[in-house]
Amino acid sequence: MPTFTATVNVTLKKSILDPQGQTTLQALEVLGFRDAKDLRVGKHFILKVDSDSKVEAEKQVKNMCEKLLINPIIEEYHVEVKESGGTSK
Amino acid sequence: MKAAVIVFPGSNCDQDCWHVLNDVMKTKVQYVWHKESSLPDVDLVVLPGGFSYGDYLRTGAIARFSSIMKAVKNHAEKGNPVIGICNGFQILLEAGLLPGAMLRNRSLKFICKHVHIRTENNRTSFTNRLKPHETLNIPIAHGEGNYFCDEQTLEELEQNKQIVFRYASEHGEVADSFNPNGSLSHIAGITNRQGNVLGMMPHPERASESLLGSEDGRKIWESILASMK
Repeated sequence: MPTFTATVNVTLKKSILDPQGQTTLQALEVLGFRDAKDLRVGKHFILKVDSDSKVEAEKQVKNMCEKLLINPIIEEYHVEVKESGGTSK
Repeated sequence: MKAAVIVFPGSNCDQDCWHVLNDVMKTKVQYVWHKESSLPDVDLVVLPGGFSYGDYLRTGAIARFSSIMKAVKNHAEKGNPVIGICNGFQILLEAGLLPGAMLRNRSLKFICKHVHIRTENNRTSFTNRLKPHETLNIPIAHGEGNYFCDEQTLEELEQNKQIVFRYASEHGEVADSFNPNGSLSHIAGITNRQGNVLGMMPHPERASESLLGSEDGRKIWESILASMK
């Protein structure tokens, strides 16, 4: 079965205040990075999954997100799946 | 009354809860390890505060899958009382036994201090010994107590009188300046729709003896006892 590498990016929903992002953005401004805007701080998961296909792998990871990795009340996420080249027997 | 205090890896208020229930309230209480799959014959289940599973991923996110949680859910569905304090509240939210979620405190700081909370509903199994709008002096100790839910859920909480405690001044004034963590609608504690599951961020077990500076939390235990009779 082929192995895929999935990355999951998680941020707080846009409607939710992100004080960590705001504070970090302010720090950037203080350092002179005037072009920085709308900074959101989030989480990043990288995992390998065995799956028959890329589509199926993405489905599996989305299921993992909904069950455990994210809390849909406060967070939103984006999944990206790439072939890792390896296979598991 | 018989009570069980659930112990997760990282629980750290389990002994305080046990002590208050046993030594102060003189009830029968026992610890239940989270790996158990059934509860002993008890009336009340306490999910104590602490840092279950090191707060990894999200507070309460992993503890909710402990095998004992199925039995806790079952206990709650039968209408029996469950109280989740601090991390216990966070676990109840992640488990879906209470609506909403916790965000990091608005200040991004861990806050450990005495606050006042106002009783918003004194007709629950947890608050029947409190007067309407009675304020309690009770400590909080958390980094993620900033309660959040969507607008519709908040409306439902209001309509069904599920908001049991709000952060307030000593005199019961509710305002942003008395809200320690940025909690939506100043919420400090809510129940489920049926009213038998309470989650609260403040620690009644740390305010049940005068030696500790406040006995106000005792009224919550007394209410639970009274509701059993």
